[in-house]
Amino acid sequence: MDWRFKVANREAWIGVALAAINFLWWYGFAYGLGSGPVSEYQFIFGMPAWFFYSCVVGSFLMIILVIIVVKFFLTEVPLDEEEDHS
Amino acid sequence: MNWGVMIPLIIFLAIVFVVGFWSSKTVYAKSDFMQEYFLGSRELGGLILAMTMIATYGSASSFVGGPGVAYTEGLGWVLLSMAQVATGYFVLLILGKKFAIMARRYNAVTLVDYMKVRYDNSKAVVILSAFSIIIFLFAAMTAQWVGGARLIEAITGLSYTTALFVFAAAVLVYVIIGGFRAIAVTDMIQGLIMFAGTLILLVATVIAGGGMQNIMTELAQENEMLLTPFGHDGSLTPLYVSSFWILVGVGVVGLPQIAVRAMSYKDSRSMHRALIVGTIVVAFMMFGMHLAGVLARPILPGIDEPDTVMPTLAMTVLPAWLAGIVLAAPMAAIMSTVDALLLMVSSAVVKDVYYNYVNPKATEKKIKQVSIGVTSVLGISVVFFALSPPDLLIWLNLFAFGGLESAFVWPLVLGLYWARGNKYGALASIILGVVSYIAISVFAPEPFGMHSVVLPVVLSLVGYVLASLLTSSKQSHTIETS
Repeated sequence: MDWRFKVANREAWIGVALAAINFLWWYGFAYGLGSGPVSEYQFIFGMPAWFFYSCVVGSFLMIILVIIVVKFFLTEVPLDEEEDHS
Repeated sequence: MNWGVMIPLIIFLAIVFVVGFWSSKTVYAKSDFMQEYFLGSRELGGLILAMTMIATYGSASSFVGGPGVAYTEGLGWVLLSMAQVATGYFVLLILGKKFAIMARRYNAVTLVDYMKVRYDNSKAVVILSAFSIIIFLFAAMTAQWVGGARLIEAITGLSYTTALFVFAAAVLVYVIIGGFRAIAVTDMIQGLIMFAGTLILLVATVIAGGGMQNIMTELAQENEMLLTPFGHDGSLTPLYVSSFWILVGVGVVGLPQIAVRAMSYKDSRSMHRALIVGTIVVAFMMFGMHLAGVLARPILPGIDEPDTVMPTLAMTVLPAWLAGIVLAAPMAAIMSTVDALLLMVSSAVVKDVYYNYVNPKATEKKIKQVSIGVTSVLGISVVFFALSPPDLLIWLNLFAFGGLESAFVWPLVLGLYWARGNKYGALASIILGVVSYIAISVFAPEPFGMHSVVLPVVLSLVGYVLASLLTSSKQSHTIETS
């Protein structure tokens, strides 16, 4: 198998893993913290805690994870055919 | 007419027009016209790639419709919209380098080209795919076109017809003469405007409402459900909201106008950079616009027409010239969606139907004429249809994105990573996906409290796998993976 496809397969699985982390974080904080009565909500920077963690922190988390993935886990491969024709 | 608002808008349209026109110069210098016109010769760098993906995806609904619903539903709708953050990294990572490599190996210009080679030159797969794209995206494009004209009408006070022609003139010229490259370069400007507009509007809305805490307190006094993830009347269930991850999150992989961009980049480095830029921009844009819609509520109580929330908010909380810049954002979002859709439909007609089956021996010169001719005819007929959209088009538009996702996600993704997937699987997937999506939407919408797209995507997967396995004995050929 073309070595580039091993790289590509691994990177596709990284994409699935990122989406899974994204979903769990988003769902966990939104419904974990947001399901109680509103009178018991905590507020952070004026926003309900569930919203702050799920949507604000969640976005920053994904941006940081994507940066880490790009810097340390993705491999640069040539996209054109090397041997036969270029 | 409010000239303070109009001047930034006119400047914006003029810049897009000039840049689009200018970038079309290189088109005719390239040796392979079709590769250049429909795919920009696969030369996109990281920043342009990120911007063109987001700008194509971000449409009237992200900037006008979405904030309007958020105004009604509260923070629960912002939560829902955040499923779209996944589009920033998921499409490029899943299709990834494999798609870019295979598309080059197959010399594919369109998504259907890729499917054609992958599925043994199956005429049925090509025709069915091309027609799904032409029909659904033509309908989607008409709806966006109507949205663009309505927006100009609302901001400027021009009549709908005049607004439509202004919008058409601004978009059609650079798409027709410049093709993919002009679209990508203008998408970059449009993406930046969308980003800047979101930032300005969000900051101004928080200030106008007396700070985040103050706004939240007022929202809670009006209806405390606005602060929960469950919507203003508690009807947004966790399952329903989560099911949007399929429609507007991971399922976006199956949208042809997005997927084709995943084969347009220059090298691995461009893709890496686009992952980072794309995730940042899409996260910020979706968050900012939808949150602004919620925060608008205490500032502008009692708006009945959701689509007017965003324009009214911009005109209320900002000085006229800044409102003009902010209102250029939805215009940019609509323009950058319709230009991509127009070229996508044109490529399906020219490359997938005409060049494949009608006239495979067409010369370079003939291809050039046909490409530009078809793009012009399609562009002009969209304007014509947008004057008074037929019911059929409006009806089809409702099913466009979900239908295309149900049809293409699996033939595309499993075609890349599952060697046993074959043309029968692809056919089963496309037919089951489209038919079941329309049937479920019409006869039993939102089954089990999920968005109607979920079941068709599952059925389409089952169809792909079963049909591929059942026919694999007849099929000796598998994709070459060495």
